Amino acid sequence: MDFKTIQTARVPVRYFEAGSGRPLVFLHGAGGLDLDQNFLNALARKFHVYAPLLPGYGDSEECAELRDMLDFTLHGWDIIDALGVRDPILVGHSMGGMIAAEMAAVSPHDVSRLVLIAPAGLWLDEHPIPDLFSAMPFELPHYLFHDEAAGAKAFTGNIDLTDPAFLQAFLVRNARQLGAAGKILFPIPERGLRERLYRIKARTLLIWGQSDRLVPPVYAQAFQRALPHAELVLIKEAGHMVAFEKTADVIGAIDRVFDEQYVA
Amino acid sequence: MKFTWFNLMPWPYLPDDFREKHRSVWVDIDSKLFDPVKSHEVYNTYLDLLEYAATLGFDAIGANEHHQNGYGLMPSPNLIAAALARRTEDVALLVLGASIALYNPPLRVAEEFAMLDCITGGRLVAGFPVGTSMDTNFCYGTIPALTREKYREAHELIMRAWHEREPFAFNGRYNKLRYVNIWPRPIQQPHPPIHIPGGGSIETWDFCLDNTYSYSYLSFTGYLRAKTLMEGYWERVAQRKADASPFRAGFAQTICVADTDEEAERLYSPHVNYFYNRCLHVYPGFADAPGYRTIKTIQKGVLSQYAPLAGFANLTWKDLVEGGHIIAGSPETVRQRMEDMIKGLHVGNVFCLLHVGDMPKEKCMYSTKLFADKVMPKLRGIFSEYADDNRFWCKPLAKRARPGSLPAQLEIRELAGKEA
Repeated sequence: MDFKTIQTARVPVRYFEAGSGRPLVFLHGAGGLDLDQNFLNALARKFHVYAPLLPGYGDSEECAELRDMLDFTLHGWDIIDALGVRDPILVGHSMGGMIAAEMAAVSPHDVSRLVLIAPAGLWLDEHPIPDLFSAMPFELPHYLFHDEAAGAKAFTGNIDLTDPAFLQAFLVRNARQLGAAGKILFPIPERGLRERLYRIKARTLLIWGQSDRLVPPVYAQAFQRALPHAELVLIKEAGHMVAFEKTADVIGAIDRVFDEQYVA
Repeated sequence: MKFTWFNLMPWPYLPDDFREKHRSVWVDIDSKLFDPVKSHEVYNTYLDLLEYAATLGFDAIGANEHHQNGYGLMPSPNLIAAALARRTEDVALLVLGASIALYNPPLRVAEEFAMLDCITGGRLVAGFPVGTSMDTNFCYGTIPALTREKYREAHELIMRAWHEREPFAFNGRYNKLRYVNIWPRPIQQPHPPIHIPGGGSIETWDFCLDNTYSYSYLSFTGYLRAKTLMEGYWERVAQRKADASPFRAGFAQTICVADTDEEAERLYSPHVNYFYNRCLHVYPGFADAPGYRTIKTIQKGVLSQYAPLAGFANLTWKDLVEGGHIIAGSPETVRQRMEDMIKGLHVGNVFCLLHVGDMPKEKCMYSTKLFADKVMPKLRGIFSEYADDNRFWCKPLAKRARPGSLPAQLEIRELAGKEA
């Protein structure tokens, strides 16, 4: 994936850009953009796609000044301002969904369409979300993928934890990425979003993998309760990495829902 | 040399199949394994042992802080220190330490340390750990990447509270306080000496040097493995052009003494085995929350001692003695190896872990007494050229109150000014 750099108020941001048409900004989950390439390419057939990396992800600079949910939310808007984009379709996966929802809540007149793919941000005591921060790498595929074996191959295929050099690189990457994610996800991935969801005015699409074992589909219902006008598309045979496992279905859902909107 | 007698206070009733049946001794340890009634005996025995060590010429007795931990029954080290404060008279109390980032506001630590210092007549040596990732992040919920910033702010607040003599406002990111004005204040002015336990991060070394704090490396893997890390520390000390006083450093060492090497193995091997193979069974996912350790430190190759790459294998007595995890044997064997350790690491403060695992009190007393009588005196003179360096140790009042010094019942009427 090729990245460009843009200066924002707080930190230079690395971002992927492709396609043309209506602007769409994609915010990645806690794992970064590594498994989103196909999905972004597919989106780029219809939209002008921007996919920024959060500070600390990939080769991007860390940002110690981003500490809490409001900082992350405003940083999201700082990126959009820096890109010169107006009224984007905002798409976020997992942690990125949490940030996108916050962005749409604090600035409801600047987002017309919102796609939340298995977003984090709510917490149900009866359905605790597994602790990503204490999970060992080999445990993650179970939580992330419907097809664990195929997922594990994509996810950990190149990891050789017995090689000290590789291990160190892996630990550094993990510390940078999950260290940054932890600011809004640790130890409970909830920062009061529920109280702010009512502010969202954008037409909203919720997309969930039916076999999501990280943020299980019961959370889709919790989002729907707070966003009564949101539409929910449940995708079969897909886990938390639904856009990776069922790229065409996710693209199809976005097309269908928003095409209807264009007609209406 | 300063010798501190230390007991981690392990729970001595972890089952034989603990490793197989349980994933971790820490954080999510099965609470059913703790029996409050049994703990009554355990706590009191452990406190008795600390008091016993105080009678044998150790410079200090020590307490530390862990949470939700099967080998550390001291969530509040200050409670243990308070219990010891009234039952000891001359020995220093070393609290290594209170995790200042975990208290809201951390002023609580400034107050409690001041209280301990006042009650003991200035016998407190204080410690400010960042805290392990298990304690700080997984048990107490501090966000890993913000832990150090929160720690630094807590430190600044406590120091200002101890130094400043007028009420002041503290506008921190994590603490907003309009009237900081601690009461009581410590006897040792401006504050008790401070030791910083750390796992080997460069930031911690610089912090110790900036503030003239003693750096303590608390490892369970012994002095042979600590060599590289402590060399790194002393290199840093030299780079910073600080003096090389050995009291700038401390090291924790598991020690077992018996009449002969063979007797040491026979007496202590089961308890050492209990500690290394049961108590240190920590789920590796809890060892190092992403963001807790700085990138610079990871790049330097400093990884958590709680998640060794190959896991903690079942270590035998031979492995542990030869690998230097423990120093064990006859007084002469122990003396030699202690001397190697002290000189090799250049450490003036030794935290002697003389209670190990599920060791019963009799064996612990035996080992402790032999160490105090036959080993410690022979090590006393090392670093005598630095004997005057009192920057890192407490300075008690010359005249101190003695517990239990109320007048006898018969004298009360007279002393109270009543007519006979």
